[in-house]
Amino acid sequence: MASGKSEGSATDYVVHHLTNLKLDLTTMTLDPYATGFWVVHIDSIVFSLLLGGLFLWFFRKVAKSVTTGVPSGAQNLVEMVVDFVDTQVKETFPGHHPLIAPLALTIFVWVFLMNCMDLVPVDLLPTLATGVGLDYLKVVPSTDVNITFGLSLSVLALIFYMNIHMKGWGGLGKEALTQPFGAKLAPFNLLLRIVEELAKPISLSLRLFGNLFAGELIFILIALLFTQGAVLFVTGLALHWLWAVFHILVVTLQAFVFMVLTIVYLGLAAEHH
Amino acid sequence: MTINATLIGQMIAFAIFVWFTMKYVWPPIASAMAERQQKIADGLAAAEKGARALQDASSQAEAELVKAREEAREIVASANRQATALVEEAREQAKVEAQRIREAAEGEVDQQVMQARTALQKHVGRLVVEASAKILRKEVNADVHNDLLKQVEAQV
Repeated sequence: MASGKSEGSATDYVVHHLTNLKLDLTTMTLDPYATGFWVVHIDSIVFSLLLGGLFLWFFRKVAKSVTTGVPSGAQNLVEMVVDFVDTQVKETFPGHHPLIAPLALTIFVWVFLMNCMDLVPVDLLPTLATGVGLDYLKVVPSTDVNITFGLSLSVLALIFYMNIHMKGWGGLGKEALTQPFGAKLAPFNLLLRIVEELAKPISLSLRLFGNLFAGELIFILIALLFTQGAVLFVTGLALHWLWAVFHILVVTLQAFVFMVLTIVYLGLAAEHH
Repeated sequence: MTINATLIGQMIAFAIFVWFTMKYVWPPIASAMAERQQKIADGLAAAEKGARALQDASSQAEAELVKAREEAREIVASANRQATALVEEAREQAKVEAQRIREAAEGEVDQQVMQARTALQKHVGRLVVEASAKILRKEVNADVHNDLLKQVEAQV
């Protein structure tokens, strides 16, 4: 709600939109200025859970009434997504592991839904929240670096698990020490391997976060135009429409990229080099 | 953008969501899709088999038809032959019969002619004798010349 016209209020507006609803776990109070590790972004985690729950509820509902005959509309949609994910997994992941396809499906749909929150008008939900007494609300979970790191660190854990599962501790140790430069440069190989593995979750999460955060910021900046007179209002509408159309692409693409890279990383972990 | 406990919450949620998907969402959908794929493949195979069977049956029917037509032609031909033979035989018999009847009739005619001639000769002989007797009444004694008369009669 950019009510004022001065520079200060515009900044306030943007900052307000970028501030999470925080719960300080040490004092169990809502505190927008809370710092430290034991703070939870209530808005991020709640929207994340709601969207994940929506995904599971919808897919479970279809899965329970699934028919091998002619599929209904909802089943058709679900099967399309499942088939799409399955194709990606089969093309990218060597061999078969029962975890990979469900993991990829969860990531794809969940991240997609979280990204889609970006397309909700930026002021709608925060305004409603203000109505029920919540001063801050950031509605797009994937613009929260904690959420994206939560996903990518889980993926890192799975990469580690997959390495152990397919090669054993010995195999993994040998590979980390001798690849890619041979046994003589073992420390260097290990260092390189650690950097390589750490780069994976960081690039995964920062890519998603960066894209969505930037997109959200642009939406907020465009929303600022709406209060700056008739000409800028119309310009703002046009820009908002354009950016939203473009963002539909970004939303889907980032979910897809996150999923595909997860499969690729796990595939690399499962393969012997 | 500060890292805080939200991260842990998200990781726990992620683990639970993936577990749920792996256990309750993916298997039924994937197996239903695989089953449908199998059904479609089976259906296509069955359709192909049916088409092939139909083709076989129709070619077999065609062959049967050709054979039946051939047989019918043969039957008609043999019937024709038989009929001709029968007619021929009947004609032959009729000819023989006619011949026989004619010969019998001719024989009878000959016989009757013969009889008539004999009767006529007897009659003429008697007439001659009677005439002769009338002429010779006075000179010829019936008793005396009976032998002679009989001889004449026989000669006539």
